[in-house]
Amino acid sequence: MRRRPSAWRQLDAASRYAFPVGFLIFGLFFIGLPFGLPGQAELRPVYAMACVFFWSLYRPSSLPAPIVALTGVLLDLLGISPIGLWAVLLLILQGVTLAARRRLIPQSFFLTWLVFSCFATGLCGLAWVAQSVLNLALLPPLPLMVEVLLALGLYPALAGFFIRAHRGPAAVELA
Amino acid sequence: MIRLSVPFRQALSRLTLPVMLMFSLGLVLIGRADQNFSGHLRTDLDDLLAPAYGLVSAPIAAAEHGTGVIGQLFDLEAENAALKAENENLLQWQAVAMALAAQNDALKATLKFVPSPTPKFYTGEVVADLGGVYARSVLVALPATNADPAGMVGAIAMDGRGVAGRVVEAGTRSARVLLITDLNSRIPVALGTAGSPALMTGTNGADPALLYWAPGQPPAEGAMVLTSAAGGAFPPGLPVGIVHYNAQNDPVVLPLADLDALRMLRLFSYPENLPVLTPIPRDTHKTSAHSRKP
Repeated sequence: MRRRPSAWRQLDAASRYAFPVGFLIFGLFFIGLPFGLPGQAELRPVYAMACVFFWSLYRPSSLPAPIVALTGVLLDLLGISPIGLWAVLLLILQGVTLAARRRLIPQSFFLTWLVFSCFATGLCGLAWVAQSVLNLALLPPLPLMVEVLLALGLYPALAGFFIRAHRGPAAVELA
Repeated sequence: MIRLSVPFRQALSRLTLPVMLMFSLGLVLIGRADQNFSGHLRTDLDDLLAPAYGLVSAPIAAAEHGTGVIGQLFDLEAENAALKAENENLLQWQAVAMALAAQNDALKATLKFVPSPTPKFYTGEVVADLGGVYARSVLVALPATNADPAGMVGAIAMDGRGVAGRVVEAGTRSARVLLITDLNSRIPVALGTAGSPALMTGTNGADPALLYWAPGQPPAEGAMVLTSAAGGAFPPGLPVGIVHYNAQNDPVVLPLADLDALRMLRLFSYPENLPVLTPIPRDTHKTSAHSRKP
């Protein structure tokens, strides 16, 4: 018989599972606060992509597909994009990341960063095309470039933080 | 808890992603088929979020207004001097304005001018900046007892200086204002003292563009841009901005409203002024569609 873990261990495990989802959803709301910063609107999808990519790569079970779809719908409702569009895009990102997982994990951080930038560029381009088609108008390309630059800059910062958070509650020997 | 066999569970976990993908694609199709569907969901979410955002936005607003924030205290003296100079200047303008107001009253009395009725308005705090990548909008918290969400749709949002946008979705606690810089914003305007017509279109950038002005009468640099009653969507004469020629020599409008730092918005509802294309509000689905004049 296995011994039932103590309350603290359970809390630790719960926080470990709730952290990726909680942080992702909370971040989406937080980016909506009226700071008046330039590029704030472009940051929201980039942030969601970085979270989905990171957790799908290093801890896929903590961000199941239904949660990713929900995040996408939330993204569409908060920013004004056709409903379901970002849900599809984020799920594609998750699928591609899961498929490339085994090959990506042993690679260096720099290469992972590069791959994420490529994925983000592809998805933002796809979003641009899809929204242009759905609006029947050519949308301005400038936000696309802002998104790509933000993706390049945001990932190392976010990944650095996540790697620490990932280690903290996961370290059994410290509990 | 139901215990499933390991292969079955593995198959199930492998299936979730494609199933969710199909579900999301279905959602896109539903959103295309029923344009009101996403609007209703968005309104519900906004109503839910507005109080929470209001709670968090208050400290940020307090910090920016310089109540007890150290950064603002350093240049108090310079700010004071600038304000004094500006105040002197404004006092002269006040005299001019009072003289003009008296003259205006006299002229109106001679013309037997019928004043337009004062519209109903709410003042709301901008609690969230919920623009999208290709959309510009803000969320305004309404008083908790907004009895008439349907009447708020189409309301004109103005900050202290000029038109900022229009309400596109309204719930009981929140209203989403589409700013004049949004790609989908089209506002009929009148230029200069002659009031020559043009159309102001949002470009997703800081300054909306001017289109369709009368041939042979290009907008003059520095001319005042006011709303026009053409099309019946706006009441005439609300201040919007000033004409300016940008680096490409295209006329744009410099908005009077401080669109990057909106804090308070007044929402004026002109119920008889709703254009035909205003999205049909939710609760009065059937009745309002018939009662609105084509």
